Amino acid sequence: MKVTLNIRRFNPEKDEKPYRKDYEIDVPETFRILDCLDKVKWDIDGELAYRRSCSHGICGSDAMMINGKNMLACQVLVKDFKKKYITIDPIPSLPVIKDLIVNMDSFFKKYEVVKPYLISKEQPPVKERLQSQADRELIDEAVNCILCGACSASCPSLWSNENYLGPAAMLKAYRFIFDSRDDAADERLDIVDTTDGLWRCHTIFNCVEVCPKEINLTWHISQMKKKCAMREL
Amino acid sequence: MIHKHDLLIVGAGLAGLRAGVETSKYHDVAILSKLFPTRSHSGAAQGGIAAALGNEEHDTVEWHIFDSVKGSDYLGDQDAITMMCSEAPDAIYELEHMGVPFSRTKDGKIAQRQFGGHTKEVKDEQGNIKRLPVIRACYAADRTGHVLLHTLYEQCVKNNVRFYSEYFVLSLIIRDGVCRGLTAFNLRDGQIHTFHAKAVMFGTGGYGRAFRVTSNAYANSGDGVAIAFRAGIPLEDMEFVQFHPTGLYPLGILVTEGARGEGGYLKNRNGDRFMKEYAPTVMELAPRDMVTRSIQTEINEGRGIDGKDFVNLDLTHIGAAKLKERLPEITGFAKTYAGIDPVKQPIPILPTAHYSMGGIPVTLKGEVLADEKGNTVTGFYAAGECACVSVHGANRLGTNSLLDAVIHGRRTGKTLVEFLRTAELSPMPEDAEDNDKKIFADLYDTKKGENCDKIRVRLKEEMMNKCGVFRNEKDLNSMLDTIHELKSMYKNVAMMDKSKVFNTEMQEIFELRNLLEFSDAIVTGALARQECRGAHWRTDHPTRDDVNWLKHSIAFKTEKGIELKYKPVIITKYQPQERKY
Ligand SMILES: Cc1cc2nc3c(=O)[nH]c(=O)nc-3n(C[C@H](O)[C@H](O)[C@H](O)COP(=O)(O)OP(=O)(O)OC[C@H]3O[C@@H](n4cnc5c(N)ncnc54)[C@H](O)[C@@H]3O)c2cc1C
Ligand code: SF4
Ligand code: FES
Repeated sequence: MKVTLNIRRFNPEKDEKPYRKDYEIDVPETFRILDCLDKVKWDIDGELAYRRSCSHGICGSDAMMINGKNMLACQVLVKDFKKKYITIDPIPSLPVIKDLIVNMDSFFKKYEVVKPYLISKEQPPVKERLQSQADRELIDEAVNCILCGACSASCPSLWSNENYLGPAAMLKAYRFIFDSRDDAADERLDIVDTTDGLWRCHTIFNCVEVCPKEINLTWHISQMKKKCAMREL
Repeated sequence: MIHKHDLLIVGAGLAGLRAGVETSKYHDVAILSKLFPTRSHSGAAQGGIAAALGNEEHDTVEWHIFDSVKGSDYLGDQDAITMMCSEAPDAIYELEHMGVPFSRTKDGKIAQRQFGGHTKEVKDEQGNIKRLPVIRACYAADRTGHVLLHTLYEQCVKNNVRFYSEYFVLSLIIRDGVCRGLTAFNLRDGQIHTFHAKAVMFGTGGYGRAFRVTSNAYANSGDGVAIAFRAGIPLEDMEFVQFHPTGLYPLGILVTEGARGEGGYLKNRNGDRFMKEYAPTVMELAPRDMVTRSIQTEINEGRGIDGKDFVNLDLTHIGAAKLKERLPEITGFAKTYAGIDPVKQPIPILPTAHYSMGGIPVTLKGEVLADEKGNTVTGFYAAGECACVSVHGANRLGTNSLLDAVIHGRRTGKTLVEFLRTAELSPMPEDAEDNDKKIFADLYDTKKGENCDKIRVRLKEEMMNKCGVFRNEKDLNSMLDTIHELKSMYKNVAMMDKSKVFNTEMQEIFELRNLLEFSDAIVTGALARQECRGAHWRTDHPTRDDVNWLKHSIAFKTEKGIELKYKPVIITKYQPQERKY
């Protein structure tokens, strides 16, 4: 099957500014977009740069904007697209290093800001701490995040204010605030209960639409908003 | 540029991160990884991590030991297996304390499930001892590796571990039997960096990428194993590569053993449940290596679906509700990648290269061995899939490798904490970077030459066909010729990308060099070992031969090529028996 990838290219050592280029390839319809990029890289232009590893949607390396929507290149097949002219861009709002590779430093800094680790003030028992199935259920979706960045990079609130922590960091805060074993909910709420935190989320739902793990980020953010409101009572 | 730290850990999977948590409390530790830490392939593990917690039913450490010995086809070292299984419960509780969100039982304990080869001892009415499946695998849905990886990374963030992400390690610097550090290239700036340290630990993962069909990530190119080999370190039991029975056709993405655990059938083109011909009592739940060989036989004899190289894994009788509850992730994979709904249609599967039992030989404390006699290399350590302790022998049991990575990451960490208390920094040789610099210069200079991908495709294709599930002398000899030919082609490999920043083509070229390096050791070991044991199956020597081959192979890289030596298996309690299930 003939497919044309229209890729946004940029090599900081050669190009003054990004440009777009078409690559026509012949591939089976079961090829992932990731396989198509490999084909371009291996057969046409070895310079093409993108990240990848697991190739099946679990490591979070290859979030990119495909036909205008953030997704994992390894999680969509050629046959999933009606038109065989497919545009590929780096995920927006983060600085581009080369081609489809963006600098994710700010994304991970925001992750670190919310204290992304269990804080327990009690000495743990000899065996496991107990946690009810219902309590575990509360964090079931939140622990699935693969830190791909697709959500935060799709958020208009973040585009207009780069200090906004963004949905992914918020979800991480939720993951610990609502973990029955954690004792630092207040500390973390202090961090997210700010103008650059929870209250910048205007429930636009872009994040929910793009999350490859189908996590309902907005719902999680709203739960924290509720918790903050309760705290003030 | 030169960086100095007490300890350099290479690899941010379970093994590297667990060692990082242990050591960073006391010493200045840096973790280097070619991937951002949470992108490591440990995150892809689905099924679970073994420990005889007895949360769901009575279980004992002794049974876990026995199962692991038997599963290894008696090639596992029993002192190492005993240690691993005994420390397992404590290590799992510790992970829970760090915050791992395990699934839970009704009474709030860590949830467990069944997995192939893990059994309990029961007496039947006549008083005969039988072995039946036991519930031993601790899990978090079908995302166990993901939650373990993330939790260990979180703990490292908490401990302020210094990460060098997207640094690709090139060479170890060992002089006079003492490891002094390493060289790496930073993908972001394309420069070679030297790292000087009192100790180096490798947790660089497995090497399934040498085969066309694999469940392994792009990153699993066996870099650590090849780098060590080039630095004069021998490799142990490299011929033992596990093929998982159920990889999604045609890519080989893993479909967990749990699918058969939940009652899935394997069927050939005639719709027959062919396992009845191979393992009439346990059928689809026979051990991995047996099921894999059965599937491959069906395919080889033309009974694949439509005569092609796959058979069907049929889950349609299990029902939509149970599939959604127990196997959500793989149901999603089947839909996304094969375009089929497992509720209504069978899943096309084929054997897929999955796990590397062999690797860098280490002591129980994680010290790297310099030879078959027990001498160690000062300052060099390894753990996880790149290492060979050996707890898996000729065939690893499902859920024992996450355990291996955690237990030996922790043990090696403890050894290092002690070592670093007194260790001194040995001088870094002046010429540490010279060799890598020359290779760089050559790659940037060459205008025309061989295509990296063409070499790699041929290697993977032929490794699959000639050194895969079934092996014989003729094929293995021909494979060795191919490797030598590809190695000489590699010498003229050309790099199209001449830039520095994120030159991922250069990374692929270095990975190819590593694939060629260790594949040679796999094939050489496989050719020498004239028997069938665990995952190594020789059609021209179709039985296990304990008289001649109950021993570990140790491969050395010499001027004249690979030289094999051997060392005995450590047997403490369980004498080898025929492996029947
Ligand atoms: C699909 C799949 C499912 C599995 N399921 C299970 C299961 O259910 N239970 C079980 O027990 N086991 C399972 N396994 C096996 C288990 O996941 C692995 O054996 C284990 O996770 C390996 O951990 P590790 O820390 O040794 O390596 P990895 O997690 O692979 O980490 C390797 C690290 O080394 C780094 N690295 C490698 N080369 C270089 C280099 N040149 N320079 C710098 N850094 C480098 C990488 O970036 C990475 O951080 C599964 C394996 C696969 C493939
Ligand atoms: S929430 Fe979803 S989109 Fe956002 S980083 Fe996590 S996995 Fe990616
Ligand atoms: S390559 Fe891992 S998520 Fe796509």
